[in-house]
Amino acid sequence: MAAASSCAELAGRNKPDNTAFTQQRLPAWQPLLSAGTALPLFFCAGLACLALGLGLHFSSATIQRFAGPVCLYYQLSNYYQNHRRYGVSRDDRQLSGDASGLSSPATECSPFRTDPQGLPIAPCGAIANSLFNDTFTLYHLANGTFHPVPLDNRGISWWTDSNIKFSNPELVNGSLEAAFKGTAKPLNWPQAAYMLDTGNPNNTGFINEDFIVWMRTAALPTFRKLYRRVREGNFSSGLPQGTYCLDITYNYPVLSFQGTKKVIFSTVSWMGGKNPFLGIVYLVFGSACILTGFVMLAVHIKFQKQNQMDVE
Amino acid sequence: MEFSINQEIWLRLWSIWCAGEEKRVGTRTVFVGHRPVSETDAYVEQKFCDNRIVSSKYTVWNFLPKNLFEQFRRIANFYFLIIFLVQVIVDTPTSPVTSGLPLFFVIIVTAIKQGYEDWLRHRADKEVNKSSVFIVENAKQVKKHSEKIKVGDIVEVKADETFPCDLIFLASSNDDGTCYVTTASLDGESNFKTHYAVRDTTGLRTDNDIDSLTATIECEQPQPDLYKFVGRINVYRSNQEPVARSLGPENLLLKGSTLKNTKTIYGVAVYTGMETKMALNYQGKSQKRSAVEKSINAFLIVYLCILVSKATVCTTLKYIWQNNPFNDEPWYNQKTKKEKETFKILRMFTDFLSFMVLFNFIIPVSMYVTVEMQKFLGSFFIAWDKEMYDEEIKEGALVNTSDLNEELGQVEYVFTDKTGTLTENSMKFIECCIDGHKYKGGISEVDGFSHTDGPLKYYGKAEKCREELFLRALCLCHTVQIKEGDNVDGLIVNQERSTYISSSPDEIALVKGAKKYGFTFLGHEADFMKVQNQKNEIEKYQLLHVLNFDPVRRRMSVIVKTSTGKFLLFCKGADSSIFPRVQQDEIHQTKVHVERNAMDGYRTLCVAFKELTQEDYKKMNEQLSEAKMALQDREEKMARIFDDIETDMHLIGATAVEDRLQEHAAETIEALQTAGMKVWVLTGDKMETAKSTCYASRLFQTNTELLELTTKAMGNSDRKEDRLHELLLEYHKKLVQDFPKNSGKLKRSWTASQEYGLIIDGSTLSLILNPSQDSSSSNYKSIFLQICLKCTAVLCCRMAPLQKAQIVRMVKNTKGNPITLSIGDGANDVSMILEAHVGIGIKGKEGRQAARNSDYAVPRFKHLRKLLLAHGHLYYVRIAHLVQYFFYKNLCFILPQFLYQFFCGFSQQPLYDAAYLTMYNICFTSLPILAYSLLEQHINIETLTSDPRLYMKISDNAMLQWKPFLYWTFLGAFEGLVFFFGVYFLFQNSSLEDNGKVFGNWTFGTIVFTILVFTVTLKLALDTRFWTWMNHLVIWGSLAFYVFFSFFWGGIIWPFLKQQRMYFVFAHMVTSVSTWLAIVLLIFISLFPEILLVVFKNAKRKNHQKKLSNRKESDSLSSRPSFRPLLLRTFSDESNV
Repeated sequence: MAAASSCAELAGRNKPDNTAFTQQRLPAWQPLLSAGTALPLFFCAGLACLALGLGLHFSSATIQRFAGPVCLYYQLSNYYQNHRRYGVSRDDRQLSGDASGLSSPATECSPFRTDPQGLPIAPCGAIANSLFNDTFTLYHLANGTFHPVPLDNRGISWWTDSNIKFSNPELVNGSLEAAFKGTAKPLNWPQAAYMLDTGNPNNTGFINEDFIVWMRTAALPTFRKLYRRVREGNFSSGLPQGTYCLDITYNYPVLSFQGTKKVIFSTVSWMGGKNPFLGIVYLVFGSACILTGFVMLAVHIKFQKQNQMDVE
Repeated sequence: MEFSINQEIWLRLWSIWCAGEEKRVGTRTVFVGHRPVSETDAYVEQKFCDNRIVSSKYTVWNFLPKNLFEQFRRIANFYFLIIFLVQVIVDTPTSPVTSGLPLFFVIIVTAIKQGYEDWLRHRADKEVNKSSVFIVENAKQVKKHSEKIKVGDIVEVKADETFPCDLIFLASSNDDGTCYVTTASLDGESNFKTHYAVRDTTGLRTDNDIDSLTATIECEQPQPDLYKFVGRINVYRSNQEPVARSLGPENLLLKGSTLKNTKTIYGVAVYTGMETKMALNYQGKSQKRSAVEKSINAFLIVYLCILVSKATVCTTLKYIWQNNPFNDEPWYNQKTKKEKETFKILRMFTDFLSFMVLFNFIIPVSMYVTVEMQKFLGSFFIAWDKEMYDEEIKEGALVNTSDLNEELGQVEYVFTDKTGTLTENSMKFIECCIDGHKYKGGISEVDGFSHTDGPLKYYGKAEKCREELFLRALCLCHTVQIKEGDNVDGLIVNQERSTYISSSPDEIALVKGAKKYGFTFLGHEADFMKVQNQKNEIEKYQLLHVLNFDPVRRRMSVIVKTSTGKFLLFCKGADSSIFPRVQQDEIHQTKVHVERNAMDGYRTLCVAFKELTQEDYKKMNEQLSEAKMALQDREEKMARIFDDIETDMHLIGATAVEDRLQEHAAETIEALQTAGMKVWVLTGDKMETAKSTCYASRLFQTNTELLELTTKAMGNSDRKEDRLHELLLEYHKKLVQDFPKNSGKLKRSWTASQEYGLIIDGSTLSLILNPSQDSSSSNYKSIFLQICLKCTAVLCCRMAPLQKAQIVRMVKNTKGNPITLSIGDGANDVSMILEAHVGIGIKGKEGRQAARNSDYAVPRFKHLRKLLLAHGHLYYVRIAHLVQYFFYKNLCFILPQFLYQFFCGFSQQPLYDAAYLTMYNICFTSLPILAYSLLEQHINIETLTSDPRLYMKISDNAMLQWKPFLYWTFLGAFEGLVFFFGVYFLFQNSSLEDNGKVFGNWTFGTIVFTILVFTVTLKLALDTRFWTWMNHLVIWGSLAFYVFFSFFWGGIIWPFLKQQRMYFVFAHMVTSVSTWLAIVLLIFISLFPEILLVVFKNAKRKNHQKKLSNRKESDSLSSRPSFRPLLLRTFSDESNV
């Protein structure tokens, strides 16, 4: 601390500056969380939490009645999408349509980097390879016949993902197939990436929304992913009461790792899907606040009385 | 730190290299002007080091390796380097950047700081080395750079220039071969010191003359003592026997001192460069470490254990979990070829390392940097403090080290010097006695003193000649010089413009006292001292020999020759050293006065004289000249000769000089005692004087029972040790055994009915510390220590400097290792200042040695109050909070990451993005705590200074004990759990967005991280009691920066990143209302216990304060008057002695 001493010495030679800073007398706000200020705070916070909790609780409860657009989710359990080895096994450069990414995928994709013939896999990596491929079709029994309920697969992924982060390689002669030339399909896939949605060029290849949803790895081993939304025709304001039939094409093996699969229908509100947790915690916390407020009030009054007695 | 040791070794190596073979020989021979002594002897050039001063540590070339090496010798830095290397080598979850960047940052900041400091040193070195000097070569002056001076060169120095190396003074422009020198930059003494040239060379006043000199100088090898030098010069003249003259410190001109009032001098270089006394004194002091640092290391070990156990738990669980093949390698997540092929043991090991890397952030990398910055910047407030500025000496406090700031808040024992520390050390001549007659007041002085003690009433009762003899003795027996005003011609001494200068204020007081009675010392003229007597005649005395005052002999003597040819020896000194040397029948009448004066707290000196016969003098003169020629032990030899002469002297009288108590010294001592500190006075002074000072400064109260362990108390018997043993046992029984047992709990409360004070003197102490071989006395020390620790105040008088240090060391090493503080102003206090945990120097009148060797220097004793009670308290609270906060914030940072492992198959998946991991400690949470640790005043400075009891709250390192540490750890763990499981349950929901879309794992981490950053920052906001605009700026600024950074980091596809994990994650997060609600709620829940605690604490405190103020009101009615001058003290105070 040679500098400290030399500077300090310099400062010491002359008379120290008489500024608020050097004398540690800066104007300062000195709040004291006394019982007097804290009590109203506790009551206000408690009340606010209670109110919010009630609101949350009720809006969570309304979700059960399938009013409003219904979302169709699939849920997998005991499935570790957040496993580190799995999570890194992707090539974002390739998925953004980069040509070099197509021809030489990132090493992290291994062992799903190249097929046995040595051709680079597109999209490479374990995540892409394990794309969820069960399909669901929903029928509504009306007038004695099952009518298919239109399931909307648009807008199920993040807008920034499907429009910026993910994009197909540049078309060669107007053909996506040609652009994918020289690559192999992922081993587990029945067909190549450009065949994911043959009918819709804006939803095929890397920008297929089911694919993009899958590529956003889940946080926990039991997770749900948005599959479709029902928001067209007669069903735009929710699924009316009635008999429904769900047709599942079972492709995805889960028994080998003791996993389970579920399909979930849920409406969403301003706060997302059904979520009793937030509401309950708000209610509990709000009550706790108010309770402590009362306890403190009691203690406070007792103290004050004591003080008064002391003074007298 | 470690560097200083290194530097020391390096310096030693340097000096060994410089000295080369010469080192083995006790002396060195210097050929003046490199001229051989005789033609027959071939002149052999000797190897001495050149005059380059190197205080810098690095060069451009070795800076990088050397600095890096030194930095990585720090355990923390080394740890992070290892982590970094592991990340580079092993496939770990986080990239090497995450720990490399903070480490790099820390290393760079430190390197820049050290590099800058070294650059400053380089610059200063260069300035010194390149300054031009004039060297006489072949009768011509040659201008050279200072670094080119070689040993043996003749150098010319002009007025107001500093000496470029250590020179032997050969000749000056003054006829008498003297020159005046000030050593202000060496030891801070600004008085002019006279140096003398050897008689045989004084005539060589031109370049030609000096070039004709053929001489050799033999002198000792370089040694650091500034005040010691022995050597011999042999001057060769053609056709004559060489003349040998002795050389002493008065012939040596030290590098760093400045030539004053003398036109030019010639000198020959004897010590150059790193061998000069200044360079040898430059060695860094041994570094002191603060107790806080020890606590940090202990906590660090705890956290290291947590880290290792976390990694072990995870690794074990991972392999248990993987025992299930469907967990180990499900079809969707197959292992790479490399993974399959590695051995299991190796895999386990790398897994363990990976977990270590993942959790390594629990050890706060930036804590050391922050602590260092806090100490460095914080210490400025001490130097800046206006209240510690003294108008008289125009200086404020000085901070020599910033490492011990917080130690100022932990002091338990204060060891203080008396003279100059408790007292002013501005002496006032009060009275004298001549042949038993008291002289008070002055001839010209009419004051209010009335003398009622009958026989001592009149002055002038002694014989006139005795009176004059006494006053002449006062005028002659001293080392005072006259400093003339600049514009005064040397011949006409204007009384008003000339001032007395001396290294001892006592002497000035005595000379001034003599002046009051009509004898004025007019100064030196060549060998003569001029004294103006009462009849305004000027008397001249030839000064023959002087033996300066030294603390061992405790007296000084001069031998003068009067104009009538008589040889007189005057001696003045402490009564204990004078009385045995005078005729016994003369003692009694003076002794009464001396004892009475000492009781009044005056410093007494006795004056004696002896007339020497011609023969005696001749004999002695020979012996003295012989002793002066000696190369070794010259002082001892001279002292022995004087001892022989100073017998059978005649006692003339005694003087009494008052040393006033410093302003507010008593209040300060009282405050320190109230603050729970034990104050010990260690002084070299007489017991009676010291005791009365202790009463005056309220170290002893009237009701304090004094226990004495002094030579007086033990009597003169041969059974000293037995008597000491008895006394010790008696006191021990009184204090330790009969003391109420619960006193341990009430250690610091002074409500105990009886207070004890202990007085011990130097000889008894040495008896206790170094007992004779008698085995029974070996436990003296522990008994003595137990007694000491029970006493509220201890006075140690007649202490030698080393004994002071011994006492400090003894207390320092007792059970519990109490923090000690030494404060003193003189060179005799340096040893105890260096020994104590904290050394404080008073910028006093006895030079600057104490201040230079201290950790902090203050102008007056009273400043200790603010330094300890306010600054020390605040620094301690700040740094303790800083340390605890750092551990806390890293615990709740890493705990969620640890918990996440249970949900990701123990795969070392990081919860937070790499950028967050990296930036958390360096950007998001660093500045608020730094600002807090610089500006916080949890209690106002005024309150802290005025209520010393507050100091006890932080005693015994209270805020860094295991209890508060556990509290912080639990808080961190609780918050970590809330963060993680709050968000975990939130994610049980299918969707958090109103359009049904789902979040991934990175959003999960980002939510946890956002709650973390806000909670940790708001927790600090809750703790902040002193919100200046800077706190507002950094606290809210940090949060804003976090939000801004997150948007920015997620807003761009970063081309250098392999994975765009964070792309728009934060933006998506903030569009979800549920997330907002969850974040707010979880922050509240995490802070809830803390808020509750703060409210309760404040309520308690308010209550306490109310009670305190009530008590104070009642106290103030009964309190004693705040300041009683020493003179008003009556003897009733000592009635119980």
